[in-house]
Amino acid sequence: MAVYAALLYMPEGSDWMTPEVREEHRVFGAAAAETIRGAVALYPTGSATTITIAGGAAGDVLVTDGPYAEAKEILIGLYLLEAADLDEAIGLAARIPTAWRGKVELRPVAPVGSRPF
Amino acid sequence: MTLTPEEQLAETVRVQGARVLATLIRTLGSLQLAEDAVQDAVVAALQTWPRDGIPDDPRAWLTVTARHKAYDALRREAARPGKELAATAGAALVAPDLAPEVLEMVEPESVVRDDQLRLIFTCCHPALAREAQVALALRTLAGLDAGAIARGFLVPEATMAKRLVRARQKIAQARIPYRVPGDAELPGRLASVLAVVHLIATESHAPSAGDQVTRVDLEAEAVRLARLVNELMPGEPEVLSLLALLLFTAARRPARADAAGDPVPLAGQDRSVWDHAAIAEASGLLAEAVRRSGGVAGPYQLQAHLSACHAVAPTYAATDWDRIVGLYDLLLRLAANPAVALNRAVAVGERDGPAAGLAALDAITAMARSHLWHAARAEALRRLGDTGQAREALRQAVELAPTAPERRLLSRRLDEMPPP
Repeated sequence: MAVYAALLYMPEGSDWMTPEVREEHRVFGAAAAETIRGAVALYPTGSATTITIAGGAAGDVLVTDGPYAEAKEILIGLYLLEAADLDEAIGLAARIPTAWRGKVELRPVAPVGSRPF
Repeated sequence: MTLTPEEQLAETVRVQGARVLATLIRTLGSLQLAEDAVQDAVVAALQTWPRDGIPDDPRAWLTVTARHKAYDALRREAARPGKELAATAGAALVAPDLAPEVLEMVEPESVVRDDQLRLIFTCCHPALAREAQVALALRTLAGLDAGAIARGFLVPEATMAKRLVRARQKIAQARIPYRVPGDAELPGRLASVLAVVHLIATESHAPSAGDQVTRVDLEAEAVRLARLVNELMPGEPEVLSLLALLLFTAARRPARADAAGDPVPLAGQDRSVWDHAAIAEASGLLAEAVRRSGGVAGPYQLQAHLSACHAVAPTYAATDWDRIVGLYDLLLRLAANPAVALNRAVAVGERDGPAAGLAALDAITAMARSHLWHAARAEALRRLGDTGQAREALRQAVELAPTAPERRLLSRRLDEMPPP
């Protein structure tokens, strides 16, 4: 089995905290409970803070308001899904409400030994 | 075309190597490891076979050799600290059974066929970009090396090698499965397979640059792949239709180039040298596709019908242009396509005369950079007696023609054009 991060993207300005959307995610979460290894919902990008350090680790910490990249589609959360292969992961991702409200990007999670962190 | 003994040997190694690869991917669970092992076995075969002769069962020889090479590679990796293999080759790697009798075992033909079908669907998985699908299919199913594929696509060899590496990495890291899709997914997945095979065939008889009129090997590979899919998924109308289409096209191969290697347009081809056995086979396949498709013709069936119209016409002039225009109309209804619109306009010209043909050509706006569009306009203008404009259109066609043989053909037409 492998773990995939299903990254959830919605068009900028859409509201993903409505009762309707929450209910859809609750239904998916209940139906796919056995395959979900984790889930994260993010607050809107208005609450985002971007941090970077210029000139190496010892440089000045630069803090700016807002998301890292201004984009038409923004990351709103993610699921960690366990699946035997990509076809199974695609089948699961197609049931996430964001698949029809926005877009879902599947990224395989690297096995523990090869992670950079 | 007769192969020299060296070419015969190289051909056997390539074709059998590709078949061995399909099985080895399943047993090893890693495309990269299997490819490296088969590559090593192919090199060993090319060194020893010319000296010792081709073995009685080349596939068995390559299978056992490749398996030993893979076994050696795994042992070397296991001895290394940190076992980097899992990270580099992807998590899908399964430890192979290393018992000596397993190493010497050679799978029956039926297993090889199933493995190749699995491999086709893996290579043509929609999670891979189309150019990666085509490259992978030619590398793993046809056994062509990165250099040959690069020449086929007119990209530097390093670019093609990188494309193949990325595709293999994606298969391993995203775990693109190695299996035939289930009934529900099959139609969509099959369409992707057929598109890849068709692309290989079109590249083979219409190379977009270079000096060859026909890339015989790619055309033969496309036919072989279509036959394989047809054998493993019997009765699929679009598979039957694609195979028929490829055979109709391949049947014209003996007439497609003149002695100097320059392309001969359909109108000027010697129809007596067409491969009439291939045309008969294609006609039979198309008839079966029609029977099985329940009156709904897919895009490959329409294209096969178009090829059939040309194949059965006694001469270019006696072609059933009305039926051809109707078939192009149906194709355009499935999907807008400027190249199809161009062919339709040429057929309109043959059916209704050059003025109607020119009007149909001028209605296509997306083809101003295509030498074919300018050449077709030149022909219509010549027939209308406007040799001045015809010359100008031909000059543009020569300028835009992507290959030397096509440039020569168009230049000759320009020379033959009477002055205005």
